[in-house]
Amino acid sequence: MNNQNRSFFFNVDWLTIILFLCLLTIGWLNINAAVYQDGPSLINFSSNSGKQLLFIIVAISTGIVILLLDSRFFFTFSPIFYGITMLLLMVVLLVGRNVGGNQAWIPIGSFRLQPSEFAKWATALLLARHLSVMNTKLSDLKTLIPTLAILGFPVLLIILQPDVGSALVFTSLIFVLYREGLSPYYLVAGLMMILLFIFTLLYTKFYVIIGLVILLAALIYLFRKNRKLIFVFISGFILSLLFVFSVDFVYRNILKPHQKIRIDLILGIVKDPRGAGYNVNQSKIAIGSGGLWGKGYLQGTQTKFNFVPEQSTDFIFCTVGEEWGFAGSFVVIALYLILLLRIIHLAERQRSSFSRVYGYAVACIIFCHFFVNIGMTIGLMPVIGIPLPFVSYGGSSLVSFTILLFILVKLDSNRMGIV
Amino acid sequence: MNSFFNRKYIIQGIFIFVALVLLAKLFYIQVIDNQYKLSADNNVLRKLIIYPARGVILDRHEKVLVQNEPVYDLMVIPGQVQPMDTLEFCNLIHISKKEFDKSLRKAKHYSLFRASLFQKQLSAKTYAAFQEKLFEYPGFYVQNRSVRYYPDSCAAQFLGYIGEVNDIEIEKYGGFYSQGDYIGKTGIEKSYEDLLRGQRGVRNIMVDVHNREKGSFFDGKFDTTAVAGDRLISSLDKKLQIFGEALMANKIGSIVAIEPSTGEILASVSSPTYDPNLMVGRQRGNNYMKLLENPYKPMFIRPIQAEYPPGSIFKVINALVAQQLGLINANTYFNCPGGYHYGARGFMACTHVHGNINLAQSIQESCNTYFGNTFHKMIDQNNGLRPVNAYTKWRDAVIKFGIGSTLGIDLPAERNGFLPVANYYTKIFHSDKWTSSFNISLSIGQGEVEITPLQMANVMAIVANRGYYFKPHLIQAIGDKKVIKKEYTEKHYVGIDQPYFDPVIEGMSRVVNAPNGTAYYSKINDIEICGKTGTVQNPHGDNHSVFVAFAPRENPKIAIAVVVENAGYGATWSAPIASLMIEEYLKDSISRPQYYIDRILNANLLPGQKKPLIKPVEKKKDKGTDQKTALLITNNKGIKKGNE
Repeated sequence: MNNQNRSFFFNVDWLTIILFLCLLTIGWLNINAAVYQDGPSLINFSSNSGKQLLFIIVAISTGIVILLLDSRFFFTFSPIFYGITMLLLMVVLLVGRNVGGNQAWIPIGSFRLQPSEFAKWATALLLARHLSVMNTKLSDLKTLIPTLAILGFPVLLIILQPDVGSALVFTSLIFVLYREGLSPYYLVAGLMMILLFIFTLLYTKFYVIIGLVILLAALIYLFRKNRKLIFVFISGFILSLLFVFSVDFVYRNILKPHQKIRIDLILGIVKDPRGAGYNVNQSKIAIGSGGLWGKGYLQGTQTKFNFVPEQSTDFIFCTVGEEWGFAGSFVVIALYLILLLRIIHLAERQRSSFSRVYGYAVACIIFCHFFVNIGMTIGLMPVIGIPLPFVSYGGSSLVSFTILLFILVKLDSNRMGIV
Repeated sequence: MNSFFNRKYIIQGIFIFVALVLLAKLFYIQVIDNQYKLSADNNVLRKLIIYPARGVILDRHEKVLVQNEPVYDLMVIPGQVQPMDTLEFCNLIHISKKEFDKSLRKAKHYSLFRASLFQKQLSAKTYAAFQEKLFEYPGFYVQNRSVRYYPDSCAAQFLGYIGEVNDIEIEKYGGFYSQGDYIGKTGIEKSYEDLLRGQRGVRNIMVDVHNREKGSFFDGKFDTTAVAGDRLISSLDKKLQIFGEALMANKIGSIVAIEPSTGEILASVSSPTYDPNLMVGRQRGNNYMKLLENPYKPMFIRPIQAEYPPGSIFKVINALVAQQLGLINANTYFNCPGGYHYGARGFMACTHVHGNINLAQSIQESCNTYFGNTFHKMIDQNNGLRPVNAYTKWRDAVIKFGIGSTLGIDLPAERNGFLPVANYYTKIFHSDKWTSSFNISLSIGQGEVEITPLQMANVMAIVANRGYYFKPHLIQAIGDKKVIKKEYTEKHYVGIDQPYFDPVIEGMSRVVNAPNGTAYYSKINDIEICGKTGTVQNPHGDNHSVFVAFAPRENPKIAIAVVVENAGYGATWSAPIASLMIEEYLKDSISRPQYYIDRILNANLLPGQKKPLIKPVEKKKDKGTDQKTALLITNNKGIKKGNE
């Protein structure tokens, strides 16, 4: 027993755990600063920072429980987790509490449960299982279609809430598929879609199409000896044209005004620092005013006096930027980057493809949150309400990210075993 | 391990790339670009200016001339204005919907988040009613201010007025003022601006997103308290000033009264005047335009800005200078055949045939012939000097009386007056070989010489002091310590020895006190006034009536100059006014009968008005010169005095 415990703790990847704890601490300190209003209220469970302390305890406990579970448990029960969360995603559409336009929360007592947070790791688990069970080839439609179904179902349900931000996170799993053998064309296509999307909105369709024609001509000329590639280019061109027209159509006819304006703001089509752009503008002011070394802990005037909205949750990075300056921002980004690279390292050292796929899924989900959230606070991304992993205030996200990460840590600690 | 192992590097590369992009952008907005720091300060910092009370101005008996009255500026932060009952709001502060929209638009144009002035200077009464409802209108708040209030509406031109700073002033004072601040524009308000304004205080407070106060910035380390402006004690005697303004009603002209022993100005009347309260409050702009359009130019500060040839009063200076230069003395006699012949055919008429008269008599009777001869001696027979040099010598002596340049009164925009240099005549004559016959009119104060009423009064102060003066000034003490500016405590000697004043003063005394003096009508029984009448030729219209005097003869307490434009003889209007002023100041009451005062109070001597005639009663009562005066007044157009 004793021996088993020792080996168990030796096998845990302590670097990941330490990074995790660092981010938790940074998160809690900054939530405390964000809600701080003169006069100490460190341990007050009615305030956000007090509640977050409870969430942290719950999250760490959950993490320890996960470490104590058997590795095979996750493999075996992944369809059930998936099923339960999908069920919850449907329930939330019926009985959910509508907060800020999104019907994403199920009230339980004084807390609210956000099923979309749990859907992330449940989907990741089932995806890992799916890709590891059969000797899969993602170039094969037989593998690809069920894979896309596993991803698409929760995305559909979440879009219905409608929580575009969370839905977007699932698209980041494309990197997992890429790692597992999806053709790089899909990545290129994805990138192409993003660029076309931006250009279509920034300029008129006409110019975009002219650009595409020129690009096509150039590519055909360059690869004129490779018939197969030329065929690919032409089909890509046709798909691009379709995409451009559909983006235009979606933008004009389907997107809601508040979504449109967020995209407009990020692309610089409209400038409205007091209206829709208020959040981002204030967020940039808060971060920008931090300077190199920041204003000092609890000294941030912008966040303390509520100029930045949602400052404990989605805009928690403002507090970091304002009170800790560029130095603090650098540390936080470095911590995330080290964590992400470490996760990929962990994933790659797994013997089972289940663990590896799951590892990549964890990296992609955390990466997506990290990039979109921080990018949003500094105006690189549209305002998409997704939390900063381990740092933002919120029980559901903290616990589900902890579960997400600790399953990987557990799988990794047991990597020599056979799943 | 599988065949796609290498793709790990691509994914890692993307992660690193994204992290670097984030860091680059963060570095830019946090370290390189300063705009966010400024925006952050703008977000939280509110500089509240605490306006100090402007210094009050008191008269010499410490009665209030100018004080402050609280008003309430209504401010607006357009970004915080919520939909509201505009109609009720407009009714509360007595404006129309149109004005409301205009003001709000203007404020929005300036800034959505900064406060701008919405409606200035609500009265205490309006504010009281509005205050209770203020909370219903988020985005609006009230800032206390004070405006000037003039309880007796007197001395408008000297106290001056304050107004909002303009761009030029903001630049001139290097950022001390900001838009919307008030600054002294004219008068004492301007010349003592740096003392009156006090020191503004600044409170740096932090506000949250709803503009709620969140405490002071750095515990008030950068705050400053407001320091009230200094209290100024003016030398004006408020009662005398008001009396003087009443006497000058419906007349154009000036009264300047100086205390000779100090140079303090006791009264300074510029007529027509205006109610200084017109230059305060919401109607200020309209009132200002009306005053500017007034044909009688009430904004023109006549005592220091109007320049007239002094007329006969200049004889006093010539008498003193000629004695000092040893050209005449008390016993010098000249024969007056009724005028002075000069040059080949020149003739300067005199009022009478005076026969042989001496200096004192010549002053008393204002004999042009006597001074023509004196001036001739001064210029043409001055110890062998060439006339052009003798003129310069004479001029040097005259300018010591404060003629031809500003006296340095503590008011802005004082004029110099004019006394030509020798070269001026040389140019006109095309040679420097001119003689006194070329500018003989200077002998009796006509011609090119021009003097302000203040300079006239100052000359009287010099005569009263027998040889020196203090710079005339309006402020006798500054602040609680009652500091007086050093420049106003220095004696300025005019280079005339004391004995030479005796015959001149004797003559001036007789002007008023001898039955055949030109101003006998203005005699006061127990005060010996020494004075000199003047009737100034005015090429643009009727002659100006001038009288200068000091009293009493020994230990003079008041020196005075009165000018009434287009009113004719000095003895008719200016002398009685001066006499009343002197009596009012020295005795605090008037011994003369009411009709005497009423004649002046009720006279309307504005150009274009019919000149009032002197009542027969007065004619009968007064003899000699006054009889003549009365006669002359009735047909003053027909008779000319002076040179030409």
